[in-house]
Amino acid sequence: MPHTIEKQRHIIDFTLASLLRRKGKNGALFIVYTLIVFILASVMFFTHALKQEASLVLKEAPEIIVQRMLQGRYTPIPEEYAAKIREIRGVTAVRARVWGYYYDPVFLANYTIMAPETFPHEPGSIAIGSGISRMRRAYEGDTISFTGADGKARNFTIAAVLPEESQLVSADLILMAEADYREFSGLPAGLASDLTLKVRNPKEFATIAEKIVRLLPDTRPIIRNEILRTYDAIFSWRGGLLIIIMSAAVLAFVIFAWDKASGLSAEEKKEIGILKAVGWETSDILFMKFWEGMAISLTSFLTGTILAYGHVFFTSASLFVPVLKGWSVLYPEFRLTPFINPGHIATLFFLTVVPYTITTIIPSWRAATIDPDSVLRS
Amino acid sequence: MPARNSTWYAAVTGSMLLLLTLILLHATYRTTADQPHLNVTADLVQTLELSDLCLFTEASYTRHLSLADLHTPFQESPMAIEHFPSGSLAAPPLHLTESHAAHD
Repeated sequence: MPHTIEKQRHIIDFTLASLLRRKGKNGALFIVYTLIVFILASVMFFTHALKQEASLVLKEAPEIIVQRMLQGRYTPIPEEYAAKIREIRGVTAVRARVWGYYYDPVFLANYTIMAPETFPHEPGSIAIGSGISRMRRAYEGDTISFTGADGKARNFTIAAVLPEESQLVSADLILMAEADYREFSGLPAGLASDLTLKVRNPKEFATIAEKIVRLLPDTRPIIRNEILRTYDAIFSWRGGLLIIIMSAAVLAFVIFAWDKASGLSAEEKKEIGILKAVGWETSDILFMKFWEGMAISLTSFLTGTILAYGHVFFTSASLFVPVLKGWSVLYPEFRLTPFINPGHIATLFFLTVVPYTITTIIPSWRAATIDPDSVLRS
Repeated sequence: MPARNSTWYAAVTGSMLLLLTLILLHATYRTTADQPHLNVTADLVQTLELSDLCLFTEASYTRHLSLADLHTPFQESPMAIEHFPSGSLAAPPLHLTESHAAHD
């Protein structure tokens, strides 16, 4: 056993010395390989963590939301619809939600203004999301001015800043009392933005949604499960999109790796010929090629994965932010929870290391069975 | 006597594997440690009856993805083509192609 280990160590010593002799080519391969693993791992970690966080957070979203459709788009819904829906068996509560958007022309940002069921602060005061607070440098006790639907400016005192850890859902939120919001936005009494429902039995969501559409044909119910599926699909799709964009890079890498692994240079052929001439067996050459592939692919895999973890969970995926931000002025600075497990690492390993190993098997075998006589004579 | 190449390789690979193990441990620790923060967010979602993540604030239909209507591609005007980057990143909600009742 010690003899076998010592033999392998000698082969590794030789292989690494051989790799180091061709620093430029192997260094380039290592960098490109690491970069590919880094991007793949970053996309995988980011999308999975965001998806997981969305499913955990949005499991508390309203059970059913009912919108009113008019002219193909949603419009304020009459509050009397709430009474009609309440009569449907299985519906335990209906609440009229009052909310809308506000475009801030000074900061070129969009806010979501909402009147919660209970607003614990005085009229004329607001609670703002930490994203707005950070962008406007506005804190508790400060006054903010917004232009109402009638064109007149109104001052609101910041009574609270929403918790920073909830930025993923609240970065752009402004909360105010319902009376203040109706006066500010011009939403008439008797109309709400949409309705939220509580249902006794979750199994009845679809049936109740169907009953609502039959009872009020101009409405559109959205079930909580659909909200969760929306976010599950968007991230899967986005992961897919990035992978599609990346496929060009991966293809370039495959060509590069194939060329590196299969296209034995005259120098490499000569080296193998000499090794065989001095007594190396075919199995020794195969081991040498195995360790060569291992040294490059395993080191690149480990480096890329470790860097991707740091990128996604320590720098909040800073390289992806410009893509995700788009034209948004307001963007949550959230820190993702690393929902990763050994299974993800194993998947990544099979996606990156195994294809490289497979592409190098045949060339390695060809290299190992090379005839030393013909190589040395050529 | 300088260390052999194989010793260096084993040391570097071993260190990286150790680091990877530490990463997995860190992920497990953070998942548990972040639970209170996630609960705060989930509570806010429940209290305010929120329906969406604040990922894209540039367009209403990407800010509230799950509430987007059936005419989302023409949200701004009948002739408007998609012009927000997030609109081309985010897939439309799955339920837009489904109905809860017969259309006849």
